[in-house]
This record gives sequence, C-alpha cells and structure tokens, in this order.
Amino acid sequence: MGMLKDMSHREKFGLALIAIALIALPFVLASAGTAWVRIMNFAVLFVLLSLGLNIVVGFAGLLDLGYVAFYAVGAYVYALLASPHFGLHLPFWVILPIGAAVACIAGVILGAPTLRLRGDYLAIVTLGFGEIVRIFMNNLSNPVNITNGPKGINRIDSFQVGPINFAGSDTIAGLVFSGPIKYYYFLMLVLLAVIVINRRLQDSRIGRAWVAIREDEVAAKATGLNTRNIKLLAFAMGASFGGIAGGMFAAMQTFVSPESFVLNESIMILAMVVLGGMGNIWGVIAGAVLLSFVPELLRYTVEPVQMALFGKLLVDPEVLRMLVFGLALVLTMRFRPAGLWPETRHRREMNEDRA
Amino acid sequence: MDILLQQIINGLTTGSVYAVVALGYTMVYGVIQLINFAHGEVVMIGAMVAFSIITSLAGSGMPPLAIVLAGVMAAIPACMAIGYLLERAAYRPLRHAPRLAPLITAIGMSIILQHAALLIWGRNPLAFPQIIENPSFSIGGAAISAVQITIILLSFTMMAGLSWFVYRTRFGIAIRATAENVHVASLMGINANRVIAATFVIGAALGAVAGVMYGSYYGIAHYTMGFTLGLKAFSAAVLGGIGNIAGAMLGGLLLGLVEALGTGYIGDFSDLCRWPGAESWMGERCADGANFVLFGSNYQDVFAFLMLILVLVFRPSGLLGERVSERA
Repeated sequence: MGMLKDMSHREKFGLALIAIALIALPFVLASAGTAWVRIMNFAVLFVLLSLGLNIVVGFAGLLDLGYVAFYAVGAYVYALLASPHFGLHLPFWVILPIGAAVACIAGVILGAPTLRLRGDYLAIVTLGFGEIVRIFMNNLSNPVNITNGPKGINRIDSFQVGPINFAGSDTIAGLVFSGPIKYYYFLMLVLLAVIVINRRLQDSRIGRAWVAIREDEVAAKATGLNTRNIKLLAFAMGASFGGIAGGMFAAMQTFVSPESFVLNESIMILAMVVLGGMGNIWGVIAGAVLLSFVPELLRYTVEPVQMALFGKLLVDPEVLRMLVFGLALVLTMRFRPAGLWPETRHRREMNEDRA
Repeated sequence: MDILLQQIINGLTTGSVYAVVALGYTMVYGVIQLINFAHGEVVMIGAMVAFSIITSLAGSGMPPLAIVLAGVMAAIPACMAIGYLLERAAYRPLRHAPRLAPLITAIGMSIILQHAALLIWGRNPLAFPQIIENPSFSIGGAAISAVQITIILLSFTMMAGLSWFVYRTRFGIAIRATAENVHVASLMGINANRVIAATFVIGAALGAVAGVMYGSYYGIAHYTMGFTLGLKAFSAAVLGGIGNIAGAMLGGLLLGLVEALGTGYIGDFSDLCRWPGAESWMGERCADGANFVLFGSNYQDVFAFLMLILVLVFRPSGLLGERVSERA
C-alpha cells in the first residue's frame, strides 16, 4: 500500500492508535450492553453504503435516489440462497459475490438508458426504480412464492467460517466473542477493503475521469472520454457495493422484508454522503457515523424530554429523524455545499459561481 | 358493463389530474431546468388543507357545494405560499450553484414537507367526507360519476386557462421569453426573478386543485400520496416532452389511459392459462378454468415508471419536446 509509505512517523503512530481503539471498541461497547455493539454494526453498515453511494454521487456527480434498491437486491439474494424458504443454504462467501453481481446487473440495466441523458433524469428514474423494486418484493409471492410478500423471509443463515458460527458466542482466550462482535470484526475487514478500493479508484485513471465528468461533462467528452461507459461504471460499482452491504444486512438481521428498503433509507444514505462531504472518503465516513447515531441520540433525549414536559410522546422520534435528514440536505447545500469535511477539489467546484 | 369504455373513463379522470400536476413540473423545468421534486408534496398539502376545512365545516349547515369550494379556496393560497417559499428560500440561493445542489435541496424539501404533514395530519389515511351526493350516469354500458365529470371538465378548463395565460398575455410572453433565455429576457426588461417565482406559484395553485380532485376521487388523503402522484406526473411531463405545456397535458392524459387500461388488462394478459397452447405446458394447473396470473392489478404503479423508461430509451425528448441531452 502506497498510503503507508508516504506517512510520517507521527501519522503512522496515530493510525496505530486508531486501529487499536477500533479493535478494542466492541468489548467496551459490550460492557454497556450488546445492543450497543449492534448499533455500532449498523453504523458501520451505513458507512459501507455511504461509501458505495459516494462513488456514484461524490466521485461521478450522479444523483442516485434509489440506492436502497441495490441494497435490497443484495439482501434478498442472500435471503433466498441461505434460508429454509427455498431450502438452499449456500455459504456466505459464495452468496455475497452473487448478490454484488446481481445488483451490478440491475444497475447496468437501469443506468444504460438513462445515463446518456441529463443528470436529473437519472435522479428521477432511480427514485422510481426504488419504488418498483419494493412493489415487486411485496407482490412476487403470487402465483409463485419468490419473496414471500410483505411478510418477508426469516430464519436466514448467519455467517459460518469453519467451525465458527456468527450466530452464537465463542470464548477465545478468556474473551467472550458474541455474535455481534464477530460481525463487527468482519464488517471492519470489509470496510478496510472498501476504503482501500475507494482510495485506489480515486487516484486511478477512472477516478480522474469521474471527476472530469462531474466537473464538466462536455469538456470531458471533448478530451475523448467515453463518458457514458465511465458513468455506467460508477453506477454499476456503487450498485455492487450496495449489493454486498445488503447481503451482510440479511445475515446480521436473519430476516428481511420490504419494510427495510423504503425511500427514506435512500434519503438517509444520501444525507450521510452530502453532509460529510461528497467525494471525500473520510468526510463520508464521518457523516455516516454522525447520522447513524441521530436516532439513538433522539431516543435518549427527545423522548424523555417530551415525557417530562407533556407526559406523553407528542412528536415521534422517527419523524424528527427524517426532518433532521431533510434539513441536513437543505442546509448543507445552502451553507456548506461541499459538506462538513470537503474534498479539496470538490470544495473549489461547489463554491464556484457563487457570489 | 363495457370494461374497455369504463377503463377509458377512469383513465381520463386520473389522467387529467396527472396532467394538471405535470404542468407544475413542466413550467418550472421550462424556465429554470430544475426538477422540483417537492411539487408532489405541495399537491399533497393542498389535499390535506382542503380535507381539514371540509371536515371542520361539514356539520356547520353550510351548503355542501360552498363547503367544498371553501376547501379549494383555502388550499390554493396555502399551496401558493409554499410554492413561493420553496423558490425563495430553497432554490433561488442556489440558482448559480452546480446542478447537483438544487436537486439535493429539492429532495430535502420534499422530505421536510412530507414529515411536516405527518406531524400535522398524522400517520393514518384521512377519509374525505362524502358531503355531496355523487350520482353515476350510464353511457354506452359504462358508468361515469359526477365527481369524474367534474374532474375532467375542471382540468380541461384549467389547462385552457393556463394556455391562454401563457400564450395570450404579456406576462405569458415574459414566461416564454425567460424559458428561452434568462439573460436575454433580463436584458429586455423582464424581471426574471418575478417570472421564476410566478411559475412556482402558478404550478402550486394548479397543484392544490389537483390535490383536492385526487383526494375526492379516491376519497382519501395521506401524507405519502404526493410521492407516487408526483412521480407519475413527472413521468407524464417527460412523456409529453418536459418544458412543453401542451406536452404535459397530452402526457398526463396518455399516462392515465395507459395506466387504467394496463391495470385493467394485465391480469388477463399475464394469465398463463389463457396463453395459446397452455394445456400442453401448464397441464393440471389450468384444469377446470383455473387461473395462473403472473401480474395482477397490484402492479398498477409500475406502468408509469415503465413508460418513463421506454420514453427515455426511444424518444428522450418526449412526444412534443426538444432535445434533453446535456447542454454545453
């Protein structure tokens, strides 16, 4: 990895500290309750999703409003291939790539007709696509039961590596590794891989081509780039990341239903990318972590405050959460269009033309 | 009962509502090339406001027609105000920003409006009170209700009124000039900011009426209704050629017809037992007139989207529109 070579001793030391903290984190969280490890795992899952969407929105500048559809595709592929529903129980390292491939194909089918048009069309088509996928998940239970309709699919297999099953606890060297802790480490490995891939992509010819298209598509085309194929690549790559995250979601939950894949989820992921800073990997990660904890924050503040003041819950924290995400989108665009932690080049671009 | 004619009548009814909503998208798009994602939510708020007024006046002894009119008259200014605020607070500051910025703002505003409505009107669908009798008339073996007749007539009147306004008045000329080229229009003494705000406000007023019509046709208002309705109306606008007023009307009506006919017949068409030679490969499953329907009417919402994709593949400029590829 070239990244490590370029670092000073101090940076390496800082990195090592962060790594140790991240390795110790689940045990610290577990002492406060396993629920916190689960919450952390979902935060990491959203980081993965945000990094996937960041390729599409941040790097290539294409607004994808139905990203959750690819997440859903990955989750359902996993659910169908590793549950009693069809009696199939393939291992996860076989299914995750299949899920990524299916999501990727869905992305290409959707992107091919729309990507040669203006960006706004992609936004609305992906928005519609997200709804269509949900309609199909809800209705493909009749006459042949594929998705089991609104009831969803349950008893999905957990990950299994050799003798270690991710569903139960193992005690190794006196430490209790609960299921969520094992998933945490797996998620961290995937996250590390995704970050490396993202970094490499960003500095590659393709990454530069994406930026060129994002900043001026006509000029990019004039320099001989096949803009449509390069956009399609970004779209397909984002989709396959979504598919992988979906597979892990299905295994962690051991249950999937169409309810988990509504438009609001897409908006939430978009808000994470936008708030953190489109195109900047570290910004996106920070944005995702920050917004992942908004529901918990609201649960522990808004609920007790309302109960104390009015004796009942007037405003559902769920509604507040969506209002926060909507406001995050609007206010970020208005006052800090390149995000809280912007990428240098993007900051220049998003601030140009502004008086 | 004649099913074909019945579906055409139903399709014309929903199609006129789509057309009126599509006008809101297309006018804004024509002038500033922005998809106002929040337009669907404005329509929803129109329906909600009218619902509140109508239910609160329902027992007051006022004549039913006056109550409904009061509902509409309250919804229109409410929506106009929201349309104006949207333009002023959310979109105008971003007019010269990269195009991703107003799009993201639009989707954010849509979420905010939707959840604000959820806070005010609650999570459950609201049933529009039936205060006016809704007699049905029979024509050629199909039924058409008074509400349907009203919706179709009112929509066509509004479309005619808008056409007159845009093509026959001074302000209409200003709108068309701004749509052609904002900078040149400004040089000619047109106040572009006023024109742009006006397209939002006019679109919102039409949307308010559309919301009430939609609500009274289905008898229900819900805080999520703007999303699907908006998506369909946008598809209608693209089908007709976005930015083109006549196109939005044509697209809306066509989409309504396609949706009604598609929903009406998809069950029959996707019934494998009715396919030629079904006995040989379906065998037992079709015995005794049994059905094997792949897609039923629950796929209704898919048609608008399929239509959108098909238009984008084969005729991205829409039926009456100009080219839509990236402008230099």
